[in-house]
Amino acid sequence: MYGIKQISVFLENKEGRLAKVTKILAQEKINIRALCVADTADFGILRLIVNRPDAACAFLKKAGFAVTITEVIAVKMADSPGSLSDFLQVLRECGVNLEYMYAFGGVAKGSAINVIRVDRVSEVFGLLLEKGVALLSEEEVYEL
Amino acid sequence: MKYWDEKHECMDRKELERLQLFRLQKTVAAAYQSVGPFRQKMRDKGVLPGDVKTLEDIRLLPFMSKQDLRDYYPFALFGKPLSEIARIHASSGTTGKPIVIGYTKNDLDIWSEVVARCLTMVGADKNDIIQISYGYGLFTGGLGLHDGAGKIGAAVIPASSGNSQRQIMLMKDLGATVLCCTPSYALYLSELLAEFGVKKEDLKLKYAVLGAEAWTSGMAREIEQRLGVSAHNIYGLTEVIGPGVAIECQAGQGMHISEDHFLVEVIDPETEEVLPDGMTGELVFTCLTKEGTPTIRYRTRDLSKITKEKCSCGRTLARMDRIMGRSDDMLTIRGVNVYPSQIESVLLDMGQTSPNYHLVVDRVNNLDILEVQMEIPGDLALDGIRQLEALAVGIRRKIEQTLGISCKVTLVEPRSLPRSEGKAKRVTDRRKM
Repeated sequence: MYGIKQISVFLENKEGRLAKVTKILAQEKINIRALCVADTADFGILRLIVNRPDAACAFLKKAGFAVTITEVIAVKMADSPGSLSDFLQVLRECGVNLEYMYAFGGVAKGSAINVIRVDRVSEVFGLLLEKGVALLSEEEVYEL
Repeated sequence: MKYWDEKHECMDRKELERLQLFRLQKTVAAAYQSVGPFRQKMRDKGVLPGDVKTLEDIRLLPFMSKQDLRDYYPFALFGKPLSEIARIHASSGTTGKPIVIGYTKNDLDIWSEVVARCLTMVGADKNDIIQISYGYGLFTGGLGLHDGAGKIGAAVIPASSGNSQRQIMLMKDLGATVLCCTPSYALYLSELLAEFGVKKEDLKLKYAVLGAEAWTSGMAREIEQRLGVSAHNIYGLTEVIGPGVAIECQAGQGMHISEDHFLVEVIDPETEEVLPDGMTGELVFTCLTKEGTPTIRYRTRDLSKITKEKCSCGRTLARMDRIMGRSDDMLTIRGVNVYPSQIESVLLDMGQTSPNYHLVVDRVNNLDILEVQMEIPGDLALDGIRQLEALAVGIRRKIEQTLGISCKVTLVEPRSLPRSEGKAKRVTDRRKM
């Protein structure tokens, strides 16, 4: 339940590719919750959290994009100085290697939500919950 | 049915050679008499038809090239008056006039006969439904397969090329069991299946008869897996007759050449010296029975090698290897000779790669630059930049190791490279020579 479906889309570094993705999602009335782009000189990977991940994946594939679903974790923390630092300390204590992370935009006042990608996702849930870290379930994330 | 023409396909070699010599002498004598430019070339070499006393003596005869066909466009190389010509095919040159080949009624019969052999060799018979998705028209692919498929009594779907959605609909609704087209088009159709909601299990395809361009065994395996067929390489060229000169039997160990009609030699393309069996060189064909456009020692520019060992399928006909490239397709990059098919082999042997690629050659600061663009497979798990970069670096290193040239590898989106309904265009050469 804490495994969040993230969509990764391969994009060439060419004009209009990101716009093509967002246009397809708009047509299908899919809402983007969070997004980040990792890029190199020739290509990039667009990572998305959306309200209907399976449908989004199917529509993008149909349009010819290379799309993969990856499991990530959504962590809720206080919107105050030091909370991210504290959380990273917890990860370190647990011996968990962070591959990448990015933040959700526009959530409830007072709290922040970060998406993290780690190895061995299902093991990490347990470790984090034990340490008292607040995680969001799939339903909560898609309905945000 | 195992053989279409057991007598000729399984002939004892001595007996076959006697037949070849008899037919060669007849062909040379007829061409000498009726084709002016051939007679002139023979005179220039000081050779008379009567000098051909053994098969080896073919080496005395002049070569014929595509340039000859251009120079004597349209009719000067015809061996029969137009009243005896039943059909004319043409192969387009990229520049200028096409080359034109005339067929007598007898030539058309022989052509359909050798194509019938080919189709029988892959396992097809009168119960099959054969969809021909080669272009019909001046190109020999469509009508060549059409007449051969008619000869074995199969039900023919003359789909021609293009309109891919209809191709898939026909294939599914009519239950085609054999597909004939270029390998790149077969691959493209397989990609479209998913888009039109058709699974390979919905099709009844058993065999794919693919040719008209150089392709690799890796691509054959890919097509076999995607379409659920056994893929057979068919070889031929308009200048010789069209498709049907040779084909892979079910043993899949090379393509059997119908040697009773097409005499094959392999030469060193530089020195023009005839090479022994097993050595790679340029294929040279002599048509032993064709009358419309007598074809003697035609230099194909296709590179391959041959073996005359008897095949496990029982046929004694010589076998040629998959074409490794055309000397015309050869790229010279910083002095190294490279064939697109060699790069295709590297890609398909690696895994996590796709057979859709394009080569761009350019010259920057007087240095040749090769860029290999490859579509990433649609089902690749690709969340990490590092994995993708590792894939590109892996391909680059493998090409460097195998071919001895450095290149840039660019990963591109699925289905972003141009698709072809006929022969694939694999190279863009931007160098100004």
